[in-house]
Amino acid sequence: MKFDLVVIGAGPAGISAAIKARKNGAHVLIVDENPVAGGKLLGQLYEVPDKGWWIGQRIAEKLVDQATSIGVQFLQETEAWGIFPGWKVVLENSETIDTSYVLIATGAAEKALPIPGWTKPGVIAIGAAQVLTNYHRVKPGKRVAIIGVDPLSLSIAQELQLAGVEVVGIYLPPINPFSQEKADPHYLLTNLAKMSHLAPNQLLKTAGKMLHNPFVKKLAAKWYPANGLKIGNIPLYLRKRVMEIGGETEVDHIRVAPINRNGGTVLDDSIPVEVDCVCLSGGLYPLSELAGSVGCKMVTIKELGGTIPLYSPEMETTQSGLFVAGNITGIEGAKVAMAQGNLAATAISSRLGLLENPSSALEQAISEVEKERKNAILTFMPQVEEGREKVTTMWKTT
Amino acid sequence: MRIADHPILGKQRKREVTITFNGTSYTALEGESIAAALLANNIRTLRYSEIAKSPRALYCGIGHCFECRVTVDGVRSKRACITTVKDGMFISSQGVDSP
Repeated sequence: MKFDLVVIGAGPAGISAAIKARKNGAHVLIVDENPVAGGKLLGQLYEVPDKGWWIGQRIAEKLVDQATSIGVQFLQETEAWGIFPGWKVVLENSETIDTSYVLIATGAAEKALPIPGWTKPGVIAIGAAQVLTNYHRVKPGKRVAIIGVDPLSLSIAQELQLAGVEVVGIYLPPINPFSQEKADPHYLLTNLAKMSHLAPNQLLKTAGKMLHNPFVKKLAAKWYPANGLKIGNIPLYLRKRVMEIGGETEVDHIRVAPINRNGGTVLDDSIPVEVDCVCLSGGLYPLSELAGSVGCKMVTIKELGGTIPLYSPEMETTQSGLFVAGNITGIEGAKVAMAQGNLAATAISSRLGLLENPSSALEQAISEVEKERKNAILTFMPQVEEGREKVTTMWKTT
Repeated sequence: MRIADHPILGKQRKREVTITFNGTSYTALEGESIAAALLANNIRTLRYSEIAKSPRALYCGIGHCFECRVTVDGVRSKRACITTVKDGMFISSQGVDSP
């Protein structure tokens, strides 16, 4: 059997694209390695100012219901391990699926943030804590420390607290080749302000607001209280680094050292803090290996979070017929991912000859992406707009 | 470790199933991952590293890092974070002699 479109990844971008293409008349299959469709939506939970709670799981369920009811086929618990010209998508059981178009919507993964002791049971990536708490409804720990300050970790800190988990504090990582700017209080203070203007999260909003004043920003890194500021009930320690995660067989403490006014670590004053779980937040990066392995031209754009397949204004890669949408193109929120999926599906529908007025449909889909980007309540990359401009320029000169 | 009544999400109504991990039976909830089910039973350590034999557990939670791999019904290296429990499932740790 030949499909018009095979979508790889059943997250917000992939499902939105499948729905759009199917509505236009295409035969669509989604391949996804998870047991349940929805991707990162499944764990999301935050309050949107004046609009109520964004419950990702319910949004995912609605999308899947809609897709299924119009005839999108889902293949869950199935890995796509290769794409070959033609196009052919090869699955883990070596079955090959023929398709005219492929949309790669594999999303993102978390950057590693290695700290001595990080392989101990009880140390998890911040995203794992989110899925455990909000989707599986199992506490990742009773007393949890978070290492890494960014919009995702600040959001999830509040989600943990909401579920009854004690969050002992949010700390900086030690200075090492992996932590880079994540270990620098000044960088964090500057960027929190940029990322928090419309944040749904009180923690993030307060931190951001505090720093909009340039005078405060300049002083904050030096004069931020050594004992942290409590926002909500969670201490945010911008002047403490976790040097080591300890415990005989599983995590039972972290070793915390103060940061002096010059940004250096005062090892002599380090103290142990009892915890049974540590969440590491190293930030997200686009999961783009599959596109790289098919020979799509890859470009590294720091403002977008890492290495992405270069894509056209219609979301097509340098391999004709192979499209991308969502976090594989750069780290942004679910609503932008959905709009990008919509755009890619509109472009694919147009190629398939399914649209009466393709140019106006494309124009509208492009403006939807821009609108969602502008209205985003969570910005993960402070210079995402500059990153997108770089893609446009690079595409023109390819 | 279960969140019985979430202030926003409410209560969960899920059927109980029984799984076996390293020879002991545990109660799990239908639809949850092996890693979540075991953590709800206060179990973190899922396997031991091949050479140093140090304990390993759930890390990334999205099937990317393979740190949580376990043997499920005789099939090696299934990822506990993205494999759903099933009634009667037999799970065992790798890196140790079978219990």
